[in-house]
Amino acid sequence: MSAVRVLAAAAAVLLAALLQVSVLSQVAWHGVVPNLVLLVVVAAGLVRGASFAMVLGLAAGLLLDLAPPADHVAGRWALALVLVGLVAGQVNREARGSAGAVVATVAVCSLLGTTVFALTGALLGDPITSVGSVLGVVGLALLLDVVLTPLVLPPLMAMFRRLEPARGLAWQR
Amino acid sequence: MARTSPFARRGSGRTRGLGRARGDRRWGEQPLGSGQRPPTSLVVALVMACASLMVLDTQAGDSSPVEPVRRAVGEVVGPAESAVAAAVRPAAVVPQWFRSHSALRADVDALEAENAELLSQVRTAGYDRNRLAELEGLTSSARDLGQALVPARVVGFGPSQSFTGTVTIDAGSSSGLGPDMTVVNDDGLVGRVLRVTSTTATVLLVVDSGSTVGARVGESMEMGFLRGRGEAGEGGDLDLELVDAAETPAKDDTVVTWGSRDGSPYAAGIPIGRVTAVYESLRESTKRVVVEPFVDVGSLDVVGVVVPSGTESDRGLVEADGSLR
Repeated sequence: MSAVRVLAAAAAVLLAALLQVSVLSQVAWHGVVPNLVLLVVVAAGLVRGASFAMVLGLAAGLLLDLAPPADHVAGRWALALVLVGLVAGQVNREARGSAGAVVATVAVCSLLGTTVFALTGALLGDPITSVGSVLGVVGLALLLDVVLTPLVLPPLMAMFRRLEPARGLAWQR
Repeated sequence: MARTSPFARRGSGRTRGLGRARGDRRWGEQPLGSGQRPPTSLVVALVMACASLMVLDTQAGDSSPVEPVRRAVGEVVGPAESAVAAAVRPAAVVPQWFRSHSALRADVDALEAENAELLSQVRTAGYDRNRLAELEGLTSSARDLGQALVPARVVGFGPSQSFTGTVTIDAGSSSGLGPDMTVVNDDGLVGRVLRVTSTTATVLLVVDSGSTVGARVGESMEMGFLRGRGEAGEGGDLDLELVDAAETPAKDDTVVTWGSRDGSPYAAGIPIGRVTAVYESLRESTKRVVVEPFVDVGSLDVVGVVVPSGTESDRGLVEADGSLR
Protein backbone atom coordinates (compact mmCIF):
# COMPACT_ATOMS: atom_id res chain seq x y z
CA MET A 1 0.00 0.00 0.00
CA SER A 2 2.77 2.34 0.95
CA ALA A 3 4.51 1.68 -2.36
CA VAL A 4 1.28 2.41 -4.20
CA ARG A 5 0.92 5.71 -2.38
CA VAL A 6 4.46 6.79 -3.16
CA LEU A 7 4.09 5.72 -6.78
CA ALA A 8 0.78 7.56 -7.20
CA ALA A 9 2.20 10.75 -5.71
CA ALA A 10 5.33 10.48 -7.86
CA ALA A 11 3.25 9.85 -10.98
CA ALA A 12 1.05 12.86 -10.22
CA VAL A 13 4.13 15.09 -9.79
CA LEU A 14 5.83 13.79 -12.95
CA LEU A 15 2.68 14.17 -15.04
CA ALA A 16 2.17 17.69 -13.69
CA ALA A 17 5.76 18.65 -14.52
CA LEU A 18 5.52 17.22 -18.06
CA LEU A 19 2.20 18.95 -18.76
CA GLN A 20 3.57 22.20 -17.40
CA VAL A 21 6.69 22.16 -19.56
CA SER A 22 5.45 20.60 -22.79
CA VAL A 23 1.69 21.23 -23.07
CA LEU A 24 0.64 24.27 -21.08
CA SER A 25 3.55 26.28 -22.46
CA GLN A 26 1.67 26.28 -25.79
CA VAL A 27 -1.02 28.43 -24.19
CA ALA A 28 1.32 30.34 -21.88
CA TRP A 29 0.44 33.92 -21.15
CA HIS A 30 3.56 36.05 -21.32
CA GLY A 31 5.44 32.81 -20.69
CA VAL A 32 3.65 32.19 -17.40
CA VAL A 33 1.98 28.79 -17.07
CA PRO A 34 -0.23 27.43 -14.30
CA ASN A 35 2.06 25.82 -11.72
CA LEU A 36 0.55 22.32 -11.74
CA VAL A 37 3.31 20.86 -9.57
CA LEU A 38 2.55 23.42 -6.89
CA LEU A 39 -1.13 22.46 -7.07
CA VAL A 40 -0.23 18.79 -6.48
CA VAL A 41 1.77 19.74 -3.39
CA VAL A 42 -1.09 21.92 -2.10
CA ALA A 43 -3.57 19.07 -2.61
CA ALA A 44 -1.27 16.71 -0.72
CA GLY A 45 -0.95 19.23 2.10
CA LEU A 46 -4.70 19.73 2.39
CA VAL A 47 -5.43 16.01 2.53
CA ARG A 48 -2.36 14.42 4.06
CA GLY A 49 -0.91 17.14 6.23
CA ALA A 50 2.29 19.10 6.31
CA SER A 51 4.85 16.34 6.87
CA PHE A 52 3.85 14.38 3.77
CA ALA A 53 3.39 17.53 1.68
CA MET A 54 6.82 18.85 2.62
CA VAL A 55 8.59 15.67 1.59
CA LEU A 56 6.55 15.56 -1.61
CA GLY A 57 7.36 19.25 -2.14
CA LEU A 58 11.07 18.52 -1.83
CA ALA A 59 10.89 15.73 -4.41
CA ALA A 60 8.70 17.75 -6.79
CA GLY A 61 10.90 20.80 -6.43
CA LEU A 62 14.03 18.80 -7.19
CA LEU A 63 12.35 17.49 -10.35
CA LEU A 64 11.57 21.06 -11.45
CA ASP A 65 15.13 22.09 -10.58
CA LEU A 66 16.88 19.28 -12.43
CA ALA A 67 14.69 18.27 -15.37
CA PRO A 68 15.33 20.06 -18.66
CA PRO A 69 14.93 22.90 -19.54
CA ALA A 70 15.71 24.13 -16.01
CA ASP A 71 18.97 26.05 -15.70
CA HIS A 72 18.69 27.76 -12.33
CA VAL A 73 20.57 26.79 -9.16
CA ALA A 74 19.29 23.42 -7.94
CA GLY A 75 17.25 23.54 -4.74
CA ARG A 76 15.35 26.76 -5.38
CA TRP A 77 12.03 25.22 -6.36
CA ALA A 78 12.63 22.52 -3.75
CA LEU A 79 12.81 25.12 -0.99
CA ALA A 80 9.79 27.00 -2.34
CA LEU A 81 7.66 23.85 -2.52
CA VAL A 82 8.76 22.59 0.92
CA LEU A 83 7.44 25.86 2.35
CA VAL A 84 4.28 25.53 0.25
CA GLY A 85 3.73 22.04 1.69
CA LEU A 86 4.29 23.39 5.19
CA VAL A 87 1.69 26.13 4.74
CA ALA A 88 -0.88 23.98 2.94
CA GLY A 89 -0.66 21.38 5.69
CA GLN A 90 -1.51 23.91 8.39
CA VAL A 91 -4.99 24.76 7.11
CA ASN A 92 -7.67 24.09 9.66
CA ARG A 93 -9.11 20.70 9.00
CA GLU A 94 -12.74 21.70 9.32
CA ALA A 95 -12.33 24.39 6.68
CA ARG A 96 -10.72 22.07 4.16
CA GLY A 97 -13.86 20.80 2.53
CA SER A 98 -15.08 24.23 1.55
CA ALA A 99 -14.23 25.51 -1.92
CA GLY A 100 -13.40 28.95 -0.59
CA ALA A 101 -10.74 27.64 1.76
CA VAL A 102 -9.17 25.54 -0.99
CA VAL A 103 -9.00 28.49 -3.38
CA ALA A 104 -7.61 30.73 -0.64
CA THR A 105 -4.96 28.13 0.20
CA VAL A 106 -3.95 27.84 -3.45
CA ALA A 107 -3.74 31.63 -3.74
CA VAL A 108 -1.54 31.97 -0.65
CA CYS A 109 0.65 29.04 -1.66
CA SER A 110 1.10 30.28 -5.24
CA LEU A 111 2.11 33.69 -3.97
CA LEU A 112 4.47 32.14 -1.45
CA GLY A 113 6.01 29.66 -3.88
CA THR A 114 6.77 32.09 -6.70
CA THR A 115 7.98 34.77 -4.30
CA VAL A 116 10.31 32.42 -2.42
CA PHE A 117 11.73 31.26 -5.76
CA ALA A 118 12.31 34.84 -6.89
CA LEU A 119 13.87 35.80 -3.55
CA THR A 120 16.31 32.88 -3.51
CA GLY A 121 17.32 33.95 -7.01
CA ALA A 122 17.99 37.48 -5.76
CA LEU A 123 19.97 36.13 -2.81
CA LEU A 124 22.10 33.91 -5.03
CA GLY A 125 22.88 36.83 -7.28
CA ASP A 126 20.74 35.96 -10.27
CA PRO A 127 20.43 38.95 -12.56
CA ILE A 128 16.92 39.94 -11.51
CA THR A 129 15.41 42.02 -14.26
CA SER A 130 13.15 44.44 -12.44
CA VAL A 131 10.87 44.33 -9.43
CA GLY A 132 7.95 45.30 -11.63
CA SER A 133 8.30 42.38 -14.01
CA VAL A 134 8.80 39.95 -11.12
CA LEU A 135 5.61 41.21 -9.46
CA GLY A 136 3.83 40.87 -12.79
CA VAL A 137 4.90 37.25 -13.10
CA VAL A 138 3.93 36.52 -9.49
CA GLY A 139 0.49 38.05 -9.97
CA LEU A 140 -0.13 36.33 -13.28
CA ALA A 141 0.96 32.98 -11.85
CA LEU A 142 -1.39 33.51 -8.89
CA LEU A 143 -4.29 34.25 -11.24
CA LEU A 144 -3.65 31.21 -13.45
CA ASP A 145 -3.24 28.88 -10.46
CA VAL A 146 -6.53 30.05 -8.95
CA VAL A 147 -8.32 29.71 -12.29
CA LEU A 148 -7.11 26.13 -12.63
CA THR A 149 -7.93 25.19 -9.03
CA PRO A 150 -11.56 24.08 -9.58
CA LEU A 151 -10.43 21.79 -12.41
CA VAL A 152 -7.34 20.28 -10.84
CA LEU A 153 -7.68 20.27 -7.06
CA PRO A 154 -10.86 18.12 -6.60
CA PRO A 155 -9.51 15.06 -8.50
CA LEU A 156 -6.09 15.41 -6.87
CA MET A 157 -7.57 15.67 -3.38
CA ALA A 158 -9.84 12.71 -4.07
CA MET A 159 -6.81 10.69 -5.15
CA PHE A 160 -4.80 11.54 -2.03
CA ARG A 161 -7.86 10.87 0.14
CA ARG A 162 -8.37 7.42 -1.33
CA LEU A 163 -4.74 6.59 -0.72
CA GLU A 164 -4.67 7.83 2.85
CA PRO A 165 -3.82 4.80 4.99
CA ALA A 166 -5.23 6.00 8.31
CA ARG A 167 -8.61 6.59 6.75
CA GLY A 168 -8.94 3.01 5.72
CA LEU A 169 -8.02 1.87 9.21
CA ALA A 170 -10.45 4.26 10.79
CA TRP A 171 -13.23 3.06 8.55
CA GLN A 172 -12.71 -0.53 9.56
CA ARG A 173 -12.81 0.30 13.22
CA MET B 1 -15.12 13.05 3.50
CA ALA B 2 -18.62 12.00 4.47
CA ARG B 3 -17.81 8.42 5.21
CA THR B 4 -15.59 9.12 8.21
CA SER B 5 -17.02 10.23 11.52
CA PRO B 6 -15.19 12.73 13.72
CA PHE B 7 -14.47 9.84 16.07
CA ALA B 8 -12.80 7.87 13.38
CA ARG B 9 -10.73 10.85 12.50
CA ARG B 10 -9.70 11.36 16.06
CA GLY B 11 -8.67 7.74 16.28
CA SER B 12 -6.65 7.96 13.10
CA GLY B 13 -4.90 11.04 14.35
CA ARG B 14 -3.91 9.35 17.56
CA THR B 15 -2.65 6.23 15.91
CA ARG B 16 -0.51 8.20 13.48
CA GLY B 17 0.61 10.68 16.10
CA LEU B 18 3.41 12.15 14.04
CA GLY B 19 3.69 15.21 16.21
CA ARG B 20 3.49 13.51 19.54
CA ALA B 21 7.17 13.33 20.26
CA ARG B 22 7.48 17.09 20.09
CA GLY B 23 4.34 17.99 21.96
CA ASP B 24 0.90 17.97 20.43
CA ARG B 25 -0.26 21.25 19.05
CA ARG B 26 -3.96 21.40 18.39
CA TRP B 27 -6.09 23.72 16.34
CA GLY B 28 -8.66 24.59 18.99
CA GLU B 29 -10.57 21.42 19.64
CA GLN B 30 -9.46 19.84 16.44
CA PRO B 31 -8.26 16.30 16.71
CA LEU B 32 -4.82 15.74 15.33
CA GLY B 33 -5.64 14.56 11.89
CA SER B 34 -3.42 15.79 9.15
CA GLY B 35 -3.86 19.33 10.47
CA GLN B 36 -1.09 18.86 12.98
CA ARG B 37 2.12 20.79 12.94
CA PRO B 38 4.91 18.80 11.39
CA PRO B 39 7.88 18.07 13.65
CA THR B 40 10.21 21.04 13.75
CA SER B 41 13.12 18.73 13.08
CA LEU B 42 11.58 17.72 9.74
CA VAL B 43 11.02 21.34 8.72
CA VAL B 44 14.58 22.26 9.64
CA ALA B 45 16.01 19.18 7.93
CA LEU B 46 14.18 19.79 4.65
CA VAL B 47 14.95 23.51 4.53
CA MET B 48 18.61 22.85 5.35
CA ALA B 49 18.75 20.20 2.63
CA CYS B 50 17.48 22.70 0.06
CA ALA B 51 19.81 25.43 1.29
CA SER B 52 22.90 23.23 1.22
CA LEU B 53 22.01 21.98 -2.25
CA MET B 54 21.76 25.57 -3.45
CA VAL B 55 25.08 26.50 -1.89
CA LEU B 56 26.70 23.37 -3.34
CA ASP B 57 25.40 24.14 -6.82
CA THR B 58 26.34 27.82 -6.63
CA GLN B 59 29.83 27.41 -5.25
CA ALA B 60 31.02 24.59 -7.46
CA GLY B 61 30.15 26.43 -10.68
CA ASP B 62 30.74 24.39 -13.82
CA SER B 63 32.14 21.36 -12.03
CA SER B 64 29.05 21.17 -9.87
CA PRO B 65 28.21 17.68 -8.60
CA VAL B 66 24.61 18.51 -9.52
CA GLU B 67 25.52 18.46 -13.22
CA PRO B 68 25.63 14.64 -13.59
CA VAL B 69 22.33 14.43 -11.72
CA ARG B 70 20.84 16.96 -14.11
CA ARG B 71 22.04 14.86 -17.01
CA ALA B 72 20.60 11.67 -15.50
CA VAL B 73 17.23 13.30 -14.85
CA GLY B 74 17.31 14.74 -18.36
CA GLU B 75 17.93 11.32 -19.89
CA VAL B 76 14.64 10.15 -18.34
CA VAL B 77 12.48 13.24 -18.46
CA GLY B 78 13.70 14.55 -21.82
CA PRO B 79 12.27 11.70 -23.95
CA ALA B 80 9.05 11.92 -21.92
CA GLU B 81 8.81 15.61 -22.79
CA SER B 82 9.40 14.79 -26.46
CA ALA B 83 6.65 12.14 -26.35
CA VAL B 84 4.14 14.40 -24.62
CA ALA B 85 4.90 17.29 -26.97
CA ALA B 86 4.51 15.02 -30.00
CA ALA B 87 1.22 13.67 -28.65
CA VAL B 88 -0.36 17.08 -28.18
CA ARG B 89 1.15 18.74 -31.24
CA PRO B 90 -2.00 18.35 -33.39
CA ALA B 91 -4.13 19.90 -30.65
CA ALA B 92 -1.58 22.63 -30.05
CA VAL B 93 -2.47 24.15 -33.42
CA VAL B 94 -5.90 25.21 -32.12
CA PRO B 95 -4.72 28.04 -29.85
CA GLN B 96 -2.36 29.08 -32.61
CA TRP B 97 -5.38 29.84 -34.77
CA PHE B 98 -6.57 32.38 -32.23
CA ARG B 99 -3.10 33.71 -31.88
CA SER B 100 -2.64 34.03 -35.62
CA HIS B 101 -5.98 35.83 -35.88
CA SER B 102 -4.87 38.51 -33.46
CA ALA B 103 -1.42 38.43 -35.03
CA LEU B 104 -2.99 39.10 -38.45
CA ARG B 105 -4.79 42.15 -37.11
CA ALA B 106 -1.52 43.38 -35.68
CA ASP B 107 0.10 42.67 -39.05
CA VAL B 108 -2.51 44.81 -40.84
CA ASP B 109 -1.82 47.71 -38.48
CA ALA B 110 1.91 47.29 -38.86
CA LEU B 111 1.70 47.09 -42.65
CA GLU B 112 -0.44 50.23 -42.86
CA ALA B 113 2.07 52.08 -40.75
CA GLU B 114 4.90 50.71 -42.84
CA ASN B 115 3.15 51.72 -46.05
CA ALA B 116 2.80 55.31 -44.87
CA GLU B 117 6.44 55.32 -43.85
CA LEU B 118 7.53 53.95 -47.22
CA LEU B 119 5.56 56.59 -49.10
CA SER B 120 7.30 59.30 -47.15
CA GLN B 121 10.69 57.70 -47.70
CA VAL B 122 10.46 57.24 -51.42
CA ARG B 123 13.24 59.74 -51.94
CA THR B 124 15.66 57.63 -49.96
CA ALA B 125 15.07 54.64 -52.25
CA GLY B 126 18.70 54.43 -53.26
CA TYR B 127 19.84 54.22 -49.68
CA ASP B 128 17.23 51.59 -49.00
CA ARG B 129 18.41 49.56 -51.96
CA ASN B 130 21.94 49.58 -50.62
CA ARG B 131 20.70 48.59 -47.24
CA LEU B 132 18.70 45.76 -48.76
CA ALA B 133 21.78 44.47 -50.54
CA GLU B 134 23.64 44.56 -47.29
CA LEU B 135 20.87 42.72 -45.53
CA GLU B 136 20.79 40.08 -48.22
CA GLY B 137 24.50 39.73 -47.88
CA LEU B 138 24.10 39.20 -44.21
CA THR B 139 21.41 36.58 -44.56
CA SER B 140 23.33 34.74 -47.24
CA SER B 141 26.43 34.82 -45.05
CA ALA B 142 24.34 33.30 -42.33
CA ARG B 143 23.19 30.68 -44.81
CA ASP B 144 26.63 29.64 -45.93
CA LEU B 145 28.34 29.57 -42.59
CA GLY B 146 30.23 26.65 -44.03
CA GLN B 147 28.57 24.55 -41.40
CA ALA B 148 25.65 22.19 -41.28
CA LEU B 149 22.38 22.44 -39.39
CA VAL B 150 20.76 19.73 -37.31
CA PRO B 151 16.99 20.31 -37.37
CA ALA B 152 15.14 19.89 -34.08
CA ARG B 153 11.81 20.75 -32.52
CA VAL B 154 11.17 22.56 -29.27
CA VAL B 155 9.44 20.17 -26.86
CA GLY B 156 9.53 22.07 -23.57
CA PHE B 157 9.54 25.68 -22.44
CA GLY B 158 10.82 26.86 -19.08
CA PRO B 159 7.98 28.77 -17.41
CA SER B 160 8.35 32.48 -16.67
CA GLN B 161 7.91 31.65 -12.99
CA SER B 162 11.46 30.32 -13.09
CA PHE B 163 12.68 33.67 -14.47
CA THR B 164 14.90 31.93 -17.00
CA GLY B 165 14.56 31.73 -20.78
CA THR B 166 15.35 28.11 -21.58
CA VAL B 167 13.78 25.49 -23.84
CA THR B 168 14.25 21.77 -24.42
CA ILE B 169 14.80 20.54 -27.98
CA ASP B 170 14.39 16.96 -29.12
CA ALA B 171 17.91 16.39 -30.44
CA GLY B 172 20.84 15.46 -28.27
CA SER B 173 24.37 14.10 -28.32
CA SER B 174 23.32 11.16 -30.51
CA SER B 175 22.46 13.71 -33.24
CA GLY B 176 25.89 15.28 -32.95
CA LEU B 177 25.01 18.07 -30.54
CA GLY B 178 27.22 19.32 -27.74
CA PRO B 179 27.37 22.22 -25.32
CA ASP B 180 28.01 25.75 -26.66
CA MET B 181 26.59 25.20 -30.12
CA THR B 182 24.60 27.94 -31.84
CA VAL B 183 20.85 27.49 -32.25
CA VAL B 184 19.07 29.38 -35.03
CA ASN B 185 15.75 29.32 -36.84
CA ASP B 186 14.66 30.84 -40.15
CA ASP B 187 14.32 34.27 -38.51
CA GLY B 188 17.68 34.45 -36.81
CA LEU B 189 19.56 33.61 -33.63
CA VAL B 190 17.64 31.61 -31.01
CA GLY B 191 20.35 30.91 -28.44
CA ARG B 192 23.01 28.39 -27.56
CA VAL B 193 23.09 24.84 -26.24
CA LEU B 194 23.75 24.68 -22.51
CA ARG B 195 23.88 20.93 -21.91
CA VAL B 196 22.87 17.80 -23.74
CA THR B 197 21.53 14.38 -22.92
CA SER B 198 21.60 11.59 -25.49
CA THR B 199 18.23 12.56 -26.98
CA THR B 200 17.51 16.11 -25.80
CA ALA B 201 19.34 19.37 -25.27
CA THR B 202 18.70 22.44 -23.14
CA VAL B 203 18.96 25.74 -25.00
CA LEU B 204 19.61 29.11 -23.36
CA LEU B 205 17.57 31.70 -25.27
CA VAL B 206 19.07 35.08 -26.14
CA VAL B 207 16.34 36.78 -24.08
CA ASP B 208 17.50 35.11 -20.85
CA SER B 209 18.97 37.58 -18.38
CA GLY B 210 22.09 35.42 -18.12
CA SER B 211 22.72 35.42 -21.87
CA THR B 212 25.45 37.61 -23.34
CA VAL B 213 26.12 37.59 -27.07
CA GLY B 214 28.98 39.36 -28.78
CA ALA B 215 27.23 41.39 -31.47
CA ARG B 216 27.92 43.97 -34.10
CA VAL B 217 25.70 46.49 -35.80
CA GLY B 218 25.39 45.45 -39.44
CA GLU B 219 25.57 49.01 -40.81
CA SER B 220 28.60 50.36 -39.00
CA MET B 221 30.30 47.08 -37.97
CA GLU B 222 30.36 48.60 -34.48
CA MET B 223 30.90 45.94 -31.81
CA GLY B 224 29.10 45.47 -28.53
CA PHE B 225 27.56 43.03 -26.10
CA LEU B 226 23.94 41.99 -26.28
CA ARG B 227 22.26 41.03 -23.03
CA GLY B 228 18.83 39.55 -22.45
CA ARG B 229 16.37 41.07 -20.02
CA GLY B 230 14.81 37.83 -18.86
CA GLU B 231 11.39 38.67 -20.24
CA ALA B 232 10.05 35.92 -22.45
CA GLY B 233 6.98 36.33 -24.58
CA GLU B 234 5.99 39.75 -25.83
CA GLY B 235 8.36 42.61 -25.16
CA GLY B 236 11.37 40.34 -24.76
CA ASP B 237 13.82 42.99 -25.90
CA LEU B 238 17.62 42.85 -25.67
CA ASP B 239 20.07 45.49 -24.50
CA LEU B 240 23.10 46.22 -26.67
CA GLU B 241 26.05 47.88 -24.98
CA LEU B 242 28.48 49.27 -27.51
CA VAL B 243 32.20 49.15 -26.92
CA ASP B 244 32.70 52.55 -28.50
CA ALA B 245 30.19 54.85 -26.83
CA ALA B 246 30.75 57.55 -29.45
CA GLU B 247 28.90 55.56 -32.08
CA THR B 248 25.14 55.80 -32.30
CA PRO B 249 23.38 53.14 -34.34
CA ALA B 250 20.37 54.19 -36.39
CA LYS B 251 16.89 52.90 -35.82
CA ASP B 252 16.16 49.64 -37.68
CA ASP B 253 19.87 48.82 -38.05
CA THR B 254 20.36 45.07 -38.10
CA VAL B 255 22.39 43.49 -35.31
CA VAL B 256 24.31 40.29 -36.09
CA THR B 257 26.52 37.97 -34.06
CA TRP B 258 30.17 38.85 -34.14
CA GLY B 259 31.18 35.25 -33.69
CA SER B 260 34.13 33.66 -32.04
CA ARG B 261 36.78 31.08 -32.69
CA ASP B 262 35.38 27.86 -34.20
CA GLY B 263 31.89 29.34 -34.00
CA SER B 264 31.53 28.42 -30.36
CA PRO B 265 29.32 29.39 -28.62
CA TYR B 266 28.02 31.66 -31.38
CA ALA B 267 28.78 31.39 -35.08
CA ALA B 268 29.48 34.68 -36.87
CA GLY B 269 27.08 36.73 -38.96
CA ILE B 270 23.76 35.39 -37.73
CA PRO B 271 21.06 38.07 -37.64
CA ILE B 272 19.77 38.68 -34.12
CA GLY B 273 17.45 41.66 -34.27
CA ARG B 274 16.95 45.29 -35.17
CA VAL B 275 17.61 48.46 -33.22
CA THR B 276 14.40 50.04 -31.90
CA ALA B 277 15.63 52.71 -29.50
CA VAL B 278 18.84 54.27 -28.15
CA TYR B 279 19.26 55.61 -24.61
CA GLU B 280 22.30 57.54 -23.50
CA SER B 281 23.67 57.45 -19.97
CA LEU B 282 25.94 60.43 -19.41
CA ARG B 283 27.03 59.22 -16.00
CA GLU B 284 28.35 55.89 -17.17
CA SER B 285 29.28 57.32 -20.56
CA THR B 286 27.71 54.35 -22.28
CA LYS B 287 24.81 54.03 -24.63
CA ARG B 288 22.08 51.50 -24.08
CA VAL B 289 20.67 50.34 -27.36
CA VAL B 290 17.39 48.41 -27.33
CA VAL B 291 17.26 45.59 -29.86
CA GLU B 292 14.11 43.74 -30.80
CA PRO B 293 14.97 40.13 -31.66
CA PHE B 294 13.85 38.75 -35.03
CA VAL B 295 12.94 35.47 -33.36
CA ASP B 296 9.64 35.28 -31.51
CA VAL B 297 10.67 33.19 -28.53
CA GLY B 298 7.08 32.75 -27.44
CA SER B 299 6.22 30.60 -30.46
CA LEU B 300 9.40 28.68 -31.20
CA ASP B 301 8.94 25.36 -32.96
CA VAL B 302 11.47 24.16 -35.53
CA VAL B 303 15.04 25.25 -34.87
CA GLY B 304 18.43 24.34 -36.32
CA VAL B 305 21.61 23.68 -34.39
CA VAL B 306 24.84 24.75 -36.11
CA VAL B 307 27.26 21.81 -36.19
CA PRO B 308 30.54 21.37 -38.07
CA SER B 309 29.99 20.13 -41.63
CA GLY B 310 30.21 16.36 -41.85
CA THR B 311 29.11 15.71 -38.28
CA GLU B 312 27.90 12.18 -37.58
CA SER B 313 24.21 12.42 -36.81
CA ASP B 314 21.32 10.00 -36.41
CA ARG B 315 18.95 12.33 -38.23
CA GLY B 316 18.83 14.30 -41.48
CA LEU B 317 21.42 17.07 -41.66
CA VAL B 318 20.99 20.29 -43.64
CA GLU B 319 24.41 20.77 -45.23
CA ALA B 320 25.99 24.13 -45.94
CA ASP B 321 25.03 24.00 -49.64
CA GLY B 322 21.37 23.47 -48.74
CA SER B 323 21.40 19.74 -49.51
CA LEU B 324 19.91 17.21 -47.16
CA ARG B 325 21.98 14.34 -45.93
